[in-house]
Amino acid sequence: MAITGVLRPGHVVIRVLELAPALKHYIEVLGLTEVARDKKGRVYLKAWDEHDHHSVVLREADEAGMDYMGWKVDSPATLKSLAKDIEKSKLCTDLEWIPAGEHPETGERFRFTIPTGHLMELYAEKKYIGNNCGTDGQNVNPDPWPDGQHGISPSRFDHCLLYGDDLDGTVKLFREVLGFSIAEKIVTKADPNFMIGAFLTCSNKAHDVAFIRQPVKGKFHHASFELGSWEKVLRAGDILSRNKVSIDIGPTRHGITRGETIYFFDPSGNRNEVFAGGYIHYPDRPAITWYDETLGPAIFYHDRAINEAFLSVFT
Amino acid sequence: MSHRVSIENTGESFACAEDVHVLAAMEQACCHGIPVGCRNGGCGACKVRITSGSFHTKKMNRAVVSAAEEADGCVLACKLYPQGDITVKALGRVWGAGTVRKSAHFSLDFTRPALVSQPDKET
Repeated sequence: MAITGVLRPGHVVIRVLELAPALKHYIEVLGLTEVARDKKGRVYLKAWDEHDHHSVVLREADEAGMDYMGWKVDSPATLKSLAKDIEKSKLCTDLEWIPAGEHPETGERFRFTIPTGHLMELYAEKKYIGNNCGTDGQNVNPDPWPDGQHGISPSRFDHCLLYGDDLDGTVKLFREVLGFSIAEKIVTKADPNFMIGAFLTCSNKAHDVAFIRQPVKGKFHHASFELGSWEKVLRAGDILSRNKVSIDIGPTRHGITRGETIYFFDPSGNRNEVFAGGYIHYPDRPAITWYDETLGPAIFYHDRAINEAFLSVFT
Repeated sequence: MSHRVSIENTGESFACAEDVHVLAAMEQACCHGIPVGCRNGGCGACKVRITSGSFHTKKMNRAVVSAAEEADGCVLACKLYPQGDITVKALGRVWGAGTVRKSAHFSLDFTRPALVSQPDKET
């Protein structure tokens, strides 16, 4: 097995100011499916091609933003050993075990605060509920996609972009403790050792999480969802406009990762992205470098300039 | 019913219906005095102080408008609905006309902070 250790981003818990409009957005417009609700009022959602029980959790709160992001690891043994490695690294604070069942159908989770101030979790077990493509039972003789899709209907929750101050500490944690590679980085041309942004992958994706250095702790730039094609990104733009969703920018292309993208906001001002494309990453693929002076085309390849909202609008 | 909204910083004014938020009416009127961010009460870019007039608001992100600020007349324009003619003062950065700066060399103010940990070594 080539991909071991941390497998993928498994869930993101997003705070919303009001649950009803958030559900309309994430279910009817984005096209996720509600899977469960719990006693705390949290709503659990998944995208159509995810087999695990849930990937997006919405929690009503007075503040918008991200509570935490959870990472699926390959086994309970890996979970224990990574928890020890995180503790030994001394890079994280607030280490804590969350008991099995605190998220429905999910095993115990190891939670920690990373140097950029974000709460992260690792877990090994979450119930497979399937993608409803099987024609003779789950995963048997499957159709290519299931009936009943609605809204934009991305295949999966794909990654987050997060803002925080101690980028070096967080990158050190993800690379040296959690086994990620840097696929792309933004550095200052004057001092190429000074990183402004890091796009990190634990898989064959161009990124599973990205961080940009900003003088804040624990801030959320966007959660991203995967679409199969550029045409679907354009169609997503149509669906967003039809529903009068606040669009940030796009459809356009990122220089970084080469992805085709549209950024938009949920009803609480949390940014979402749907994207297509990119490339296949392997651990021996040389990291791509972008200089600060080329940040414009790195972020938005066609405009060749970042919009003001890119750096200053986050939750 | 429509009311007049005036932005102190720029002298701009525009009409805004009672059921339309001030930021949307400003964008419709091609005015630029209040910075536009998420338009949904989350990011705080469009924070303004009400200097006169009556209004009501909808729920805003407490992380960007504290209860004390709200009591003091600070609100987000994207959650602000006029109930009479109102005057506001934009509190955030005024980005000027257009939100995209057409510069190939966007300069960022990344002042180098004291590093908590050492920069990662490249492989």
